[in-house]
Amino acid sequence: MHNLNAIFTIAFRDIIKLLRDRSRILASLIFPIIFIGVLGTSLQQNLGNNLTYNFLTFVFIGVLAQTLFQSTASGIISLVEDRQTDFAQEMFIAPISRYSILIGKILGETLVALVQIIGVILFAFVINIPLDLVSLLRMAPFFLVAAFFGGAFGVMVMAGLSEQRAANQIFPFLLFPQFFLAGVFNPIQHLPLPIFIASRISPMTYAVDLLRSIYYFGKPEYADVVLFNPLIDLTVVIGFGLLFVCIGTFLFVRNERNR
Amino acid sequence: MPNSHIIEVTNLVKRYKKAEVNSVDNVSFYVEDQAFFSLLGPNGAGKTTTISILTTLLAITAGRATIAGFDVEKHPDKVRQQIGVIFQNPSLDLNLTAEENIRFHVSLYNQFRYMPVFGLMSAEYKKKILTLAEVVGLEHDLDKPVKTLSGGMKRKLEIIRSLMHQPKVLFLDEPTTGLDPISRKNLWRYLQDIRKKEKITIFLTTHYLEEAEHSDYVCIIDGGKIVAKGTPTEIKESLIKRYILVDSKDQIALKKELKALRLSFSGTGPFAISIKSATGQEIVQKLTTSLTLLDIHNPTLEDAYVEIITKNNAQP
Repeated sequence: MHNLNAIFTIAFRDIIKLLRDRSRILASLIFPIIFIGVLGTSLQQNLGNNLTYNFLTFVFIGVLAQTLFQSTASGIISLVEDRQTDFAQEMFIAPISRYSILIGKILGETLVALVQIIGVILFAFVINIPLDLVSLLRMAPFFLVAAFFGGAFGVMVMAGLSEQRAANQIFPFLLFPQFFLAGVFNPIQHLPLPIFIASRISPMTYAVDLLRSIYYFGKPEYADVVLFNPLIDLTVVIGFGLLFVCIGTFLFVRNERNR
Repeated sequence: MPNSHIIEVTNLVKRYKKAEVNSVDNVSFYVEDQAFFSLLGPNGAGKTTTISILTTLLAITAGRATIAGFDVEKHPDKVRQQIGVIFQNPSLDLNLTAEENIRFHVSLYNQFRYMPVFGLMSAEYKKKILTLAEVVGLEHDLDKPVKTLSGGMKRKLEIIRSLMHQPKVLFLDEPTTGLDPISRKNLWRYLQDIRKKEKITIFLTTHYLEEAEHSDYVCIIDGGKIVAKGTPTEIKESLIKRYILVDSKDQIALKKELKALRLSFSGTGPFAISIKSATGQEIVQKLTTSLTLLDIHNPTLEDAYVEIITKNNAQP
């Protein structure tokens, strides 16, 4: 119970922070709007005719997964940033397990990511992307899983980059290539071998594919869009998510104290 | 508890990764329960490293440290429950209100169940926060965003927060850095007040030596080693020469008289007569030359500190 109270408290703080930070809410919409609105529509108009599926919907689901993954991952990385100047110190001297701190943080950033994709979904309706509402709702529980996985990835990266500057500089390089490797906007069914390997190693691939496999399940486009069976995706995401959190926390705590 | 030492540090060594020298080098000291203890030293002497170890944020290289009988390495959670910490940099969440910062704290410490709104928090919590806020005069500012509070108010808020879980030891790492003299004075008045009411041990590091003047015990650390320890009076007496400063229009006559009285003095006017065997009054009574200056030099802890650090650095 002790740690549950703490986890809940840490998570709730992130929500309060988000709701009070209007510019952050707006900023979180800009990327998805560019990706879906500009990149998605232009590709659909120019290349869409050659495809067996609607490209805008494809990009939209990809961006949903990417936003969830990235938002949580960046939120965790901010813990390194906060560490010296801010509130993180207060958490680290509290009599709670380090796992609780990181789980609370992942949970909080997951909820933040969920709030953020509400805007993305509304935007999709505004620009009239062909969406199947029932399938969209069916995906909802898996939003949580995708965001959690991003958080776990963040913990792992943070553990490796305990220095604040390194984290800020290297993290984008670990994140941005994954947009393309995971096929957020680009089909990745067929790739040259080196990129194929990188793509299948990239964690975001499984978060994106999980949401697509759920959305397209039972639809005729399924075979053309989805890489793996949803169960495989789910196993990878949850299994590696837990592994990342455990190893990452262990390394992070060790690095923190053994300076 | 086996004894009345709330903090015990034994042969403590800390060497940072890739460092060639120890930041804290075989340091031992203890702090008595409910004492006011000051750890002084120049920048980089090892003060913050020591505090980080005692507050369980940093691993020990060698040696041992206990707080309230709990080993900081073996039982960090138990140690954390016993301590409150005011860090060098304020660790408040600027996006939250003053009260929310405290609510967050008590929930992390599992003292009260977290509720998203103040109204739903337990009556006991509300009473406790108000009582403490009244002590530091912050009771009307609790619902303000921390962003809008002054530096002094933020520090007061951190003090309330650190006391909510009734710690036995309060660590203050340069708590008044960046505060104006009046805020500093106020803050200390509150701290002394709280110290008496809550029966708490204070562990202070500071650069303002006059703040440490009222401590029960002082350790001066330099280059990772303790170079002096004792009560402020002991430290001053062991080092600083107390003297009377005198001068006269007729300096030659005064000098002659000082020599005749066999007083040891220095200077070519004004003259500093060292006070060793006789009291200041006895010396002054003996003087007949008319004086233009008479001043008894009472050393401060700062004088002693400067002398100790200078001496220590002059050694090969």
